[in-house]
Amino acid sequence: MSAHANLERRRQAIYGWLLLSPAAVLLTVFAFYPSIATMWSSLFSRGTRRKPTEFVGTENYTDLFADPTFWLVAKNNLFYAGVTIPVSIFIALSMALWANSKISARGFVRTAYFTPTVLPMIAAANLWLFFYTPGLGVLDQIGSLFGLPSVNWLGQPETALWAIIIVTIWKEAGFFMIFYLAALQTIPADLKEAADIEGTSRWTYTRRIVLPLLMPTTLFIAVNAMINSVKLIDHLFILTKGGPSDASKLILYYIWEMAFAFFDAPHAAAMTILVIAVLGIVAAVQFLYLDRRTHYQ
Amino acid sequence: MKNLTKFMDSFGAILLAIIWIAPLLFAFWAATHSTSDAVNLNLFSPWTLENFRVAWNGAPWLKYFMNTFILVTVILAGQFFFTTLAGFAFAQLQFPGKDFVFILVLMQLFILPEVLIVENYAMVSRLGLFDTILGVGMPYMASAFGIFLMRQSFKGVPIELHEAARIEGCGLLGILWRVYVPLAKPTYLAYALVSVSTHWNNFLWPLIVTNSPETRPLTVGLSIFGAPENGVDISIISAATMMSVAPLLIAFLIFQRQFVQAFLRAGIK
Repeated sequence: MSAHANLERRRQAIYGWLLLSPAAVLLTVFAFYPSIATMWSSLFSRGTRRKPTEFVGTENYTDLFADPTFWLVAKNNLFYAGVTIPVSIFIALSMALWANSKISARGFVRTAYFTPTVLPMIAAANLWLFFYTPGLGVLDQIGSLFGLPSVNWLGQPETALWAIIIVTIWKEAGFFMIFYLAALQTIPADLKEAADIEGTSRWTYTRRIVLPLLMPTTLFIAVNAMINSVKLIDHLFILTKGGPSDASKLILYYIWEMAFAFFDAPHAAAMTILVIAVLGIVAAVQFLYLDRRTHYQ
Repeated sequence: MKNLTKFMDSFGAILLAIIWIAPLLFAFWAATHSTSDAVNLNLFSPWTLENFRVAWNGAPWLKYFMNTFILVTVILAGQFFFTTLAGFAFAQLQFPGKDFVFILVLMQLFILPEVLIVENYAMVSRLGLFDTILGVGMPYMASAFGIFLMRQSFKGVPIELHEAARIEGCGLLGILWRVYVPLAKPTYLAYALVSVSTHWNNFLWPLIVTNSPETRPLTVGLSIFGAPENGVDISIISAATMMSVAPLLIAFLIFQRQFVQAFLRAGIK
C-alpha cells in the first residue's frame, strides 16, 4: 500500500514539474532573468568604444540622485499618482452609484462611462489632441464663446501635466466603476429597507453602510490605480513627449527615453530597479492586507 | 422632494455620461467633416468620407490590422497553452517546491513587463526575435495573472469528477482536457476578452520591438501616422483614429454585457 502511495507521489511530482516547465521557462526568460540582469547592469558603467564597461557599484544610483531631471520626473510621477488615484476612485464611485440607481437612460449612461476603457491609450490621446490644440481645439472654441483667451494646454509647463492627468482619469474611471458596480450588487437589499424604516437619510446610508462595505473593493482599485500611475504613459508619446522642459515627463517614459533615445542602459536599469522596489512595497502592503482580510472574514 | 432628488440624480449621471462620451463624438464629427468645418464646429456643414479615404491611403492599414490580429491571436493561443498547464499543476497536483514556485509566480504580478523593457529588448534581440510578431507576443504568454486565474478556476472543479474520469481509465492529461478545460469555459472566455482588448491596445512594448510596417501593430502605426512631422491635419487623424478603434468598439457595443462580465471575472481575485 505504502509502495503504491509512494509511486503515486512520484508520478504527481513528475507530472507537476512537466506541466509547469513550459511556463517556468518563459517566466524565467522574460521576467526573472531580466530582473536580475537589470539589477546587475545597474552596477556597471556604460561601455563606449574606448572605455569598456566596468564595475562602478552604486555610482549609477548616486548619478540619478544628483540629476535634477530625475527628481523632477519623480515629483511629476508622485503628483500624477496623487491626483489620478483619488480622483478616478471618486469618479468611479459616483458613476457606480448612479449606474446602479433607478435613473433614466441607465443603459446609455453605463455604456458612456465604460467606453473609454476599450480604446487604446494612443487613440484616446488622439481624441484629446483635438480638445487641447490651441486655436483650433474644442476647449479653445468653448473658451472663446465666453471671451477667454486661447490657451496652449499642452505647450506650457503649468498645464501640460494636468492635461495628461485628465486623459488618464477619463481612461480609467469607467474601468474602476465596473468593480464598484459588482460590489454594490452584493449588498443585501434588506439593509436599505432597514435604513428606510429607521428614516435614515440617503447620505447617512451611503456613508455609514455602503462605503464601509465597499472598502475591500476600494483597496483593490487603489492598488490597480497605483500600478496604472506607473504604467499608463502611452499618451505622453502623442500629447507632450514629456515636455515642455520635462514638465509632464513620467518615470517610465524617462526610462524609455534613457534606454532607447540616449542609449544609456545602465542609468535606465538603475531607475528600473527603483521602480521595482516601489512596486514591491505596494505588493507587500497588499499581501499584508489580503492576509488580514482572510483572517477576519 | 423625492422626485427632485431623482431628477438631480438622472441629470448628474447623464451630464457626466455626455462629458465622458464627448471626445469620441467630437472625433467622429471631425472625421466626417472637412477640416475647416470641423474646427469651426459648423453644425450645418455637409458630411464627407473624404478624410477616411485620405487616411486609408496614407498608411498600410490593412497590414497593421493583420499584424494586430495575428498578434492578439498568437498571444492568446500561447497564454491558453502555458497558463492551462501551469494552472492545472498548481491547482490539482502535489509536488515538492510547489509553494515556493507559486510565490515566484505571484511576484511576477508586480514586476510588470512594461518596467523590464530594457532587458527584455536585449533578450528578444538575443533570441533573434527582434522585429517579429512572436517577439512582441512572447513576454506576455506565460502570464502570471493567467496562471493565477486558471488555478482558481480549476480549484473549483469537484474532485468527484476527477476521480470518476480516473476510474474510467483516463490519464492525467486526458482528465485535464476532458474534465477541467470544458468546465473552465467561462473563465477562458473572460480571459480571452481581457487579453484581446489589452493587447489590441498595447503600445510601448510593440513600439520598441517592431521596426517595420511588416510587423507593426495598429497602435504603433497610428502613432507614426499622426506624428506632427507627417503634417496630417486633425480631421484625417480623427478618421484614422476612428478606423483603428472601430473593430473593438463595435465588438464592445454588441457584446457589452459579456465584456463587462469578463472584466469583472478577471478582476476579482
